[in-house]
Amino acid sequence: MADKVLMKGNEAIAYAAINCGADGYFGYPITPQSEVMETLMKEKPWETTGMVVLQAESEIASINMVYGGAACGKKVMTSSSSPGISLMCEGLTYLAGAELPCLVVNVMRGGPGLGTIQPSQGDYFQATKGGGHGDYRLIVLAPASVQDMYDFVDLAFELAFKYRNPAMILADGVIGQMMEKLEFRPTKPRRTDEEVRAQCDSWATLGKPKTRERNIVTSLALDPVVMENFNIKLQKKYAEIEEKEVRYSTYRTEDAEHLIVAFGCMSRICENVVDMARENGIKLGVLRPITLFPFPKKPIDALVPQLKSIMSVELNSGQMVEDVRLVANGRVPVGFYGRQGGVVPNPDEIYEAFLKFIK
Amino acid sequence: MKEEIIIAGFGGQGVLSMGKILAYGGIMQDQEVSWLPSYGPEMRGGTCNVSVVLSDNKISSPILSRFDTAIILNQQSMDKFENQVKPGGLLIYDTNGITRHPERKDITICRIDAVEEAAKLGNAKAYNMVVLGAYLKMKPVVTMDNVIKGLKKSLPPRRHNLIPMNEQAITVGMNAVVEVK
Repeated sequence: MADKVLMKGNEAIAYAAINCGADGYFGYPITPQSEVMETLMKEKPWETTGMVVLQAESEIASINMVYGGAACGKKVMTSSSSPGISLMCEGLTYLAGAELPCLVVNVMRGGPGLGTIQPSQGDYFQATKGGGHGDYRLIVLAPASVQDMYDFVDLAFELAFKYRNPAMILADGVIGQMMEKLEFRPTKPRRTDEEVRAQCDSWATLGKPKTRERNIVTSLALDPVVMENFNIKLQKKYAEIEEKEVRYSTYRTEDAEHLIVAFGCMSRICENVVDMARENGIKLGVLRPITLFPFPKKPIDALVPQLKSIMSVELNSGQMVEDVRLVANGRVPVGFYGRQGGVVPNPDEIYEAFLKFIK
Repeated sequence: MKEEIIIAGFGGQGVLSMGKILAYGGIMQDQEVSWLPSYGPEMRGGTCNVSVVLSDNKISSPILSRFDTAIILNQQSMDKFENQVKPGGLLIYDTNGITRHPERKDITICRIDAVEEAAKLGNAKAYNMVVLGAYLKMKPVVTMDNVIKGLKKSLPPRRHNLIPMNEQAITVGMNAVVEVK
């Protein structure tokens, strides 16, 4: 009980970073995630764990500082919101191309352009399909609570290092700004130089010992055959991630005849919709993708035979619904409901949209 | 137990911190809580609101269509939230600045003249604690002990000297709340 506190999602990200032994944070302020750096600056981890916290001159500088830190095998991260993440996309594809582990947090706001500071999930495509150029993938985790915000920082770093791939926490303004009860987890110390070497010696720029060749961190290969082989290797890695790292949760799906697929804050709002439907004798359930890449294809696929309909509910004009349709593959009608531009629907209006859809 | 509350007024009235202290009080008695603010430009002087949920069980949606209780501190919020109180629910409002009083017949309506009571206390900043007291009198969802523990958690130690004053303001609010119907 003593270690349970009331905290914003953004603050949870900051404490999780310090407590999981991150080596560095580089960022530039933007609403609705500015509390991440604010909290880090207040906690001064450079005086305790030795973690670096630096306000860069821009988002572009931040992501390239992350590139530099990651190339040295360090546990480094940045955070921003939608317009800032757009600026970082060049850096992201370079990080993916150089197979560097890192964490990028996107607390989404409404777009396009400068948009609004209110919550959105309009960056689903950007996070899961690219953003930057080339055939790359990020590991994308979608938190739905303040506790998730905390827990996913460590998880994202673990996955990033396991697969040498950038990981993203894709949150939204609701999860960033709301306060909930948070339970701290056991802390991890920052890795020692020896531990970094043990973990990353095969690829990171740690200084060249006599025992091996130089490590070169780059995403460039002018020879197309070399580049194609590298791409094939990347795709193998992504396939392995799709095989092994799918995470999702369900709410009342056991006997469901209708399914809502929703992530982040929308999955929680839709749990209320499920309760409303069940009170009226409609067997509705929610499947919440926790990983957006890898997308939980198999769990949805396994539910299809028992379903009469699927509806994707998102804070955008319909992005994840495309992935849901690919899984359903015409076997069951797939509908969509969403609000855009920073408007968050309440359970009543989603329930109404659902009733209209199944009629 | 599950209590869904909207607290709405102007930025600067202490709407968000009242919600935070209430939520902390809930944590102190081992409830699940959520606190979701309006965080837009309205914080800088315009209307401002926070929805707080206290529950014995896991909280699903922090975004709600209807509330058990609405605590309303300006006319804009009255216009927006009066109709979102569940039938049988509670509406508490401060008459100061209200031009149209609530009209619902199917809910309990209470008044608290918190501006006046806070002025009598000689501390305008205790306004939100007076309002909190009014609410806790009508719905003792969190005990005074746990509110004080919550205050200790949400105030920095250098401000702990203000806790007795806050406690006094809560008591004043408890005594000053009037059930209109």
